[in-house]
Amino acid sequence: MSQQTQAADILSAPHVLEYPYRRSVGPVLSRFFTALRERKIVGVETSAGRVLCPPAEADPETGAAVSDRFVEVGPGGVIESWTFVAKPRDKQPLARPFAYALIRLDGADTALLHVVDADPARLRTGARVRPRWRAETVGEIGDIECFELETSR
Amino acid sequence: MREVAIVSFAQSRHARRDLRNEVEILLPVVQEAVQRSGVERPFDFTCSGSTDFLQGQPFAFVLALDAAGAWPPIAESHVEMDGAWALYEAWVKIQTGQAETALVYSFGKSSPGDLPEVLSRQLDPYVVAPLWPDSVSLAALQARAWLEKSGRSERDLAAVAARSRRDAKGNPHATVAGDFAIDDLLDAPYLASPLRKHDCAPISDGAAALVLVAGDRARQVCERPAWIRGIDHRADLHALGARDLTRSASTRIAGEKAGVARRPVDVAELHAPFTHQEYILREALGLAEDTQINPSGGALAANPMMVAGLIRIGEAARRIHDGSARRTVAHATSGPCLQQNLVCVLEGE
Repeated sequence: MSQQTQAADILSAPHVLEYPYRRSVGPVLSRFFTALRERKIVGVETSAGRVLCPPAEADPETGAAVSDRFVEVGPGGVIESWTFVAKPRDKQPLARPFAYALIRLDGADTALLHVVDADPARLRTGARVRPRWRAETVGEIGDIECFELETSR
Repeated sequence: MREVAIVSFAQSRHARRDLRNEVEILLPVVQEAVQRSGVERPFDFTCSGSTDFLQGQPFAFVLALDAAGAWPPIAESHVEMDGAWALYEAWVKIQTGQAETALVYSFGKSSPGDLPEVLSRQLDPYVVAPLWPDSVSLAALQARAWLEKSGRSERDLAAVAARSRRDAKGNPHATVAGDFAIDDLLDAPYLASPLRKHDCAPISDGAAALVLVAGDRARQVCERPAWIRGIDHRADLHALGARDLTRSASTRIAGEKAGVARRPVDVAELHAPFTHQEYILREALGLAEDTQINPSGGALAANPMMVAGLIRIGEAARRIHDGSARRTVAHATSGPCLQQNLVCVLEGE
């Protein structure tokens, strides 16, 4: 077949792939998601005393298992970097334009990726944000509907 | 270390949408690389790189093997990585003494799906993927962090895009090429601030293949073999909030292990799918001002997923083959925000 074959000659058909899974999040993230259900955010301490939020099973610097010390962080935090998404995709959390941001919550040493609902003109690195919780929380990252600027009201 | 050289390289024309299927894209590319190599089949080893997520089928790479001649006694392997890592596996195989010749290829047809969305499925499934951050948004978080730390501007980013597209005018395989004024580029709206369309690699369908040969046999089949003098790959954390996005520690280490700085580098082909990443990579590799960067146009001119890294190695080898460079460096990346990086140093004799 020649490379110049015309588009009209070549057929195409939809191909939908869907495999539902039921995953276990494991003991460390279970603590994180259980806390979210109670409208709290927790990080986990490494043996060196750094607080990881979101929690991880292993210390990113040593590979050692993290401690069993979970500490409440935030709920407020600071934007470390952000991007404004002018045209959100269908599956993204907000239908209106929003920002993704890396947010270092008060008391944490790492940043959480989440969504900020704010006017782009007011967004800046270093701005303080706080979570906006969903009316009903179920124990998932989306229990935080988004973050919003602390100065917005 | 056993001496190993790249003796031939071929790639497709990387279209935004290629209506041929994967085997049809790959077949002429593999045939061209094999024919140019002067090596008779069967190869001692065959290794490919691709990701099944682009096709939406587990073990989809098995079907593509038709293009490589998958009948006994083929000895074959596959990595769910850019073809640059398939080359690494083949190089290791030759180092073990189990092979003297190897065919390496990769392919990626992104157009059937929504690539930025497909790529979001590689992220942490518990705390990140449910938020559906697309690949451009994640790169934009890195871009802003880097701009604010370095004091560089969006104009500096556009300059990389303009140079890449201009250089790609001489590359018949490019998806995007042409002359663009920086001011015009900056007039475009943001896709994900601070990144505009020109800051992002085009979505491309394509394939590439090359042939590795060890020792004197490479000198017999190739006038100017491109000798692999150093190759190394390293990874950073996948958790974006737990690493410094403004630097690439894994590239720096891979570059040191591969010996990039031992002698001057004529040409560097850097796999930077986003403009700001070129600056991060240049710094991590310690490249001098007079090193020519991405004369092919780089990933900003054509970025077939799982192939663009192997193409960097092929382009760097091509400069040795044609005598226009004596020492070149190729870099390949994988994962969000330059998470994993491979560096390969090539020299002529």
